[in-house]
Amino acid sequence: MVRFLIAGLAIAGLLSMAACAPVEPWERGILAKPYMALNPSPVNSAMRSHTYISREAASGGDTAEGGGCGCN
Amino acid sequence: MLVISFHRLSITFTAAMLAVLAGDVAALGAAAPDCNWKIAGTNQIYDVKQFRGKALYVDFWASWCAPCALSFPFMNQMKGELGDKKLAIVAVNMDEKSADAHRFLESHPANFDVALGENAACAKAFGVSDMPSSYIIDQSGMIRFVHRGFRRDDSALLLEQVESLLKTP
Repeated sequence: MVRFLIAGLAIAGLLSMAACAPVEPWERGILAKPYMALNPSPVNSAMRSHTYISREAASGGDTAEGGGCGCN
Repeated sequence: MLVISFHRLSITFTAAMLAVLAGDVAALGAAAPDCNWKIAGTNQIYDVKQFRGKALYVDFWASWCAPCALSFPFMNQMKGELGDKKLAIVAVNMDEKSADAHRFLESHPANFDVALGENAACAKAFGVSDMPSSYIIDQSGMIRFVHRGFRRDDSALLLEQVESLLKTP
């Protein structure tokens, strides 16, 4: 039973390695689309963040890390 | 005279060092791989060997690549300035959909040869690792300079390198 499990895991591992095919530089057209960016509209995000910070009166208050002290 | 040749040597040396850092050791100084290019707007198929006796500027580009769009005006300018001095320019398209390339060419007109169609094998043979990548090939078919990417600031160096080949008897 253990042998089957190990063999199964090995096969699954090998199959998952097949998914790691290198992407050639000229095949990155879809990755280069604006909607593939982590932040598709940085200007809009910056404006929204600025508005939020002003409203909360706390710089950094719009992120999980920066709670904001309310002193700015 | 000595100053000019030293300047030319320093350009060659700098380009060689940059190419070595980028991992282009195999391509630099080697014979250009044999590729067949279908030239847009004609029924002609060009072969790399056909350009022997001429300096050849080969640029691999795609419609989605922003620096490629910057390189088109430069190549038009280079063709305008040096086109009659035994220089050929071939821009090899790497788009997966030819419609994208045609759309790009409508907004970025080219006065040089553009190779459309399936060019992946050619790009692999040249060792293209970035978009755009350009190769300056001398009159004997050897790759003399390799450039990865394109910035407007690169224009002067590229022009100098092409001109240095054209000055070679």
